[in-house]
Formats: sequence, structure tokens, C-alpha cells
Amino acid sequence: MALKSLMAVTGVILVLFLLAHMYGNLMVFGGQQAFDEYSHHLRELGEPMLPHSGALWIIRVVLLASVLGHAYSAVALWSRAKKARGHRYAVTKSAQGASARYATQTMRWGGVVIVLFVVFHILHLTTNDIAPGGASTSPYERLVNGFQPEFWYVTLFYVLSVLAVGLHLRHGIWSALATLGANKAKRERPLHAASTLIAVVLTVGFLLGPLSVTFGLVE
Amino acid sequence: MNITLRVWRQKNSDAEGRMVTYKVEDVETDMSFLEMLDVLNEKLTTAGEDPVAFDHDCREGICGACGVVIDGVAHGPETTTTCQLHMRSFKDGDTITVEPWRAKAFPVLKDLVVDRGSFDRIIQAGGYISAPTGTAPDAHANPIPKADADRAFDAATCIGCGACVAACPNASGMLFTAAKVTHLGMLPQGQPERAARVVKMVNQHDEEDFGGCTNIGECAAVCPKGIPLDTISQLNKDLLGALASGNLD
Repeated sequence: MALKSLMAVTGVILVLFLLAHMYGNLMVFGGQQAFDEYSHHLRELGEPMLPHSGALWIIRVVLLASVLGHAYSAVALWSRAKKARGHRYAVTKSAQGASARYATQTMRWGGVVIVLFVVFHILHLTTNDIAPGGASTSPYERLVNGFQPEFWYVTLFYVLSVLAVGLHLRHGIWSALATLGANKAKRERPLHAASTLIAVVLTVGFLLGPLSVTFGLVE
Repeated sequence: MNITLRVWRQKNSDAEGRMVTYKVEDVETDMSFLEMLDVLNEKLTTAGEDPVAFDHDCREGICGACGVVIDGVAHGPETTTTCQLHMRSFKDGDTITVEPWRAKAFPVLKDLVVDRGSFDRIIQAGGYISAPTGTAPDAHANPIPKADADRAFDAATCIGCGACVAACPNASGMLFTAAKVTHLGMLPQGQPERAARVVKMVNQHDEEDFGGCTNIGECAAVCPKGIPLDTISQLNKDLLGALASGNLD
């Protein structure tokens, strides 16, 4: 139970981060100046009360702790579930239907994919150690360089990863709310709908930037 | 109709089990699934073989004794108990796979019979009230809002068959535990022990080696009594509240 609450609370923190992250990403449609200034302002957040990049580092530490807590509880519940089943069934079939189970069945491996993606993503656009199309001090240029049509495989990896995030959220948001006690019979459908809606908004929001670059809408 | 059955056979709890294939002929569509197994067992007994052991009692869908996994779904293709599942849900010539509930907390005793004592121990941990019962009180002595009474009753229809555990990808017994917690927690008689009950029952649930709930919903989809999934959220809410209050006696 403590594990599940940890999973739910850290999940909620990560979803809130994703919403803020998507908001920042959409600044790309305001042009290079707006995007780069937003990025710069993130580092000035809380100044002069906090040192330069202070707020950003606090957020990063909270996020890292959330990811670690989330992963720890996932692994613990995963191993518990394996032990609890014991002997496997010869035949397994979902009573809810295979399509209803798509998101739930991809939660664990999908989570692993997302972690690998996040590592790549930070090396690419934050530290710029991986720089397809050339490194730059301008976050806007890193984005535009990285998603040029000739680096279609980078874009493809992003698209697949963002879809994995979307599926993860489709079940994750609902599950976190249910674990924290928000579900009632009458609320079940609205909660599922809200979970799907947030997942779709985030998926589309995150895909818009890179795809706009690839298809030449943002240069 | 003629059916091919693949059934889990296991001599006792220590023995290795295996799937055995049987042909069952002259099955009528009006037979229940258990009656079809009776036909098989008569044939096996006549041939001097050991009949397939399975749990059953009332055969009216209210006792919770029966229950096997049929073609990968607890209680089979209809949302009901195995005894109320009829052979008209299958086609002539079908091959049907029959397995016991699979959970570490439900060890197989023989063939399709599992030991569900872990459920009893969860009930013993807190699924009771300490109010003296005596004679039935006047119906209007203790007004209970209709919505609460309905919710308690819906949860109280749980027959403890264990299909929720069998169907859960995590082999969690949370829907069963939640049904009991919601049933007693909605009524005034259940209030004195409400906080302690949920903590003790969840502790016992975890000690019995059930898995953790990840809100997938397979349990509610197979539940023959339609126990709603929101009982689990009620349990979570009560548990978080109880732990926060620290008032666990």
C-alpha cells in the first residue's frame, strides 16, 4: 500500500511536470526569441532569492527522486505480482477485451522504454552531448537541428517514445487517482475519460514541436 | 454436442500437475458446466479412473464454492459462477481448457480444487463487527441513507469465490478485501472498528502473498456478483485516512 501510494504520488508529480514541459515546448511556435527566452527564464526562476539555476535544480532533484521512487515501487510490485501468481496459466484471456488491456499491459515495459528515452532526451536537448545536426547554445537551434528530415530516425524514436508516454499516462493517471481514493462508481467513466484526455493532450502537445520541424513548419 | 476438455490434473498439493485431454460426448446444451464435468466423472469412474476433483456446493450461483478458469477467463465466457455457466455458451467440437485458480495464496489441493483459507484469514483479521446483535432492531431505529445502504448491500453480495484473484494479472485479492471493507464501512454498525479493520485486513492480505492492485479492472470484469471496482478506491481512501489519523484501535 505504501508502495502504491508512492507510485501514485510520484506519478502525479511527473504528470504535473509533463504539463509544464509541454507548455514550454509549445513556445517554439512563438519563434526562436520566445523559446530561448523561456528557457533562459527557467534558469532565472526564483532569483534573487535563489542562486542562478537554483529553482531549476530543486525541480530536477524532486523529479529524479520521483522517478527513482516510481521505478522502485514498480519493480517491487512487479516482483510481488510474479510471486503471487506462482504457477502460470496455460491460457490467458482478458475479460475486458484485448484493446482495453493495451495500456495496462504496456505499463511495465513501457516504463522501461520511457526511462531509456529520458536518458537519450537529456543527452540530446539538455546537455547537447548528442547533437544530430550540430550543437548549439540556443535551445531553439538544438531543436530545429535535431529534427531535420535527414535525422528521421531521431524523430521516429521521439514519436514512438511519446506514444509510449501517452499509453503509460492513459492508465497511469486513472490508476493514481483510484489509488488515492478518488474513484466512485459514478466517477469511474469521467475519470477514465479525463485520463484519456490528458494523455492525448500531452501526446499531441509533445509531438507538435518535433514534427513541425521535420515537416518544415518551424525553421 | 461433443467437447474436448483439457483439464489440470494434480494428485495432491505436493505433486506435479499436468494438463490431460479428455473427450466428452453427448453433452446437452442445457447442461451446466459442472454437469458436463459430472458426465466426464461418471465416465472416468466407470472406467476405474480417478474422477476430476472440483469444488461445488449450492449450484445456484450463491455459495461461492465453485470456480475454475475456463479458456483463460475465471468462471468462463459468461459473467457468472461456473455452476451457472451453461454448455450453450460453447460450440460443438470446441476444445475447452480448464485450470484451477492460480495464486500462491490459493494452493492447489487436488486437480481443480484450491485452498481459499487465505480469504478466511483476511475476514478473521477484521471483517466483522463487535456490536451485540441480539434480536433484530426496529427497521426505523437507525436511519441509514439509501445510497449508503445500497452501496453496502452491493458490496455485501460478494460470495468470496476468488475469481477476482484468479483474473487479476497481479493475483491481488484487493476486490474481495475492498468488498468487505466497503460493506461494513458504509453502515453505522461498522464504524467503531472502521479504521483498524482496513489496516488489519490489508496487512493480512499482504501477508497471504497476494499481489498488489494496479487498478486494471479484470477483477470487476469477471466478478459473478458485479462487485464494483470503486470499492477498491473506497478501501484506499479508508486506509490512507486510517494511517493519517493514527487511530487504529
